[in-house]
Amino acid sequence: MRSELRAEHGDTIEIITVSVETDGADASREFIEAAAPEHPSLLDRHHQLERRFGVVNIPNVVWSDEAGMVVRPAEAGWAGPAEYPEWLATIMEERAREAEAAGKDPMAALQAGQDRDTYADAIRDWAAKGPESEFALSPDAAVAASQPRGDDQSAAAAHFELGQQLWRDGDREGAFAHWRETHRLAPDAWTYKRQAWSLGGNEARGGGDFGRFVQFPGPDQDWPFDGDFNTDTGALAPGEYYPKTL
Amino acid sequence: MLTETLDIDVAAFEAGTGWEIKPEGACKGEVCVPLGGGDFDPVATAERLGMAIVRDEQRGLFALGPESFNGRALPTAEAPEVVLEDLAGREVRLSSFRGTKVVLVAWAPY
Repeated sequence: MRSELRAEHGDTIEIITVSVETDGADASREFIEAAAPEHPSLLDRHHQLERRFGVVNIPNVVWSDEAGMVVRPAEAGWAGPAEYPEWLATIMEERAREAEAAGKDPMAALQAGQDRDTYADAIRDWAAKGPESEFALSPDAAVAASQPRGDDQSAAAAHFELGQQLWRDGDREGAFAHWRETHRLAPDAWTYKRQAWSLGGNEARGGGDFGRFVQFPGPDQDWPFDGDFNTDTGALAPGEYYPKTL
Repeated sequence: MLTETLDIDVAAFEAGTGWEIKPEGACKGEVCVPLGGGDFDPVATAERLGMAIVRDEQRGLFALGPESFNGRALPTAEAPEVVLEDLAGREVRLSSFRGTKVVLVAWAPY
């Protein structure tokens, strides 16, 4: 989508991708190199985007205008098709085939809500019309549309940050205790859940390519969290994971 | 922000939270939250801004959560300054993209 936008609108618009990942470049490099983006591709290994912008899941997208004003706050969105390394694309295709053969659609609940194609059209509309686009919000509307945040969400973020520091210092039990508290206080903060589950799942499987995506306990595994990806997303109603905001 | 002490001076508070301490209060963009005057009190300021203060007892480490006083993740529509890194480890400021429309896409390998 970036090349399409640049072809039509020159350098009046830029796409920036940010990997919100505690393990930073170590975990992100392979994906960035597979996508070989022409746009800036950055790393947020301290999870600042949640605190500063209210990012709560991935992908989440924020639009800001030439003056640096947010015109759409963090929301589920897509600026183009995802690009995966070959090994992961193969695994994903295999899983999809298995699910289909079993008559299941495990991604149905996750794919309801925000519409991928419509979202890209909204970006195109804004690129062309700027503030006249129906999708560009006024400053007050942008603030009002940003994620709800009260004491619990603030405390959840504080626990997450403490957990990251302890994790980096090798105190995994200490980190997990803070992250359990994060998850309890802010059950809709999916990046905080997925990051913790990913680190726990990856650790349990001794690293390797796919470990970061195994966000649930293995057989006989002492899982350090109260929830996991399958259980928590399984409890959602369609559309709750990527809420429709357009 | 992480801190070993709650005796946080103005410079550290500003660098850690992105809020500026001015005569009119704690300010971000065009939004200022009055602090009631007097010497800078980091704990009272954090409370006024709705920043949770969480302590890790064992480590003697505190974390100040993000502001929540207006009930929303954004206190103002002015995009916050965030310093990120590229793959080569170079710092990149989001403010360096001012002058163009920006579509910021958060993703992650999980």
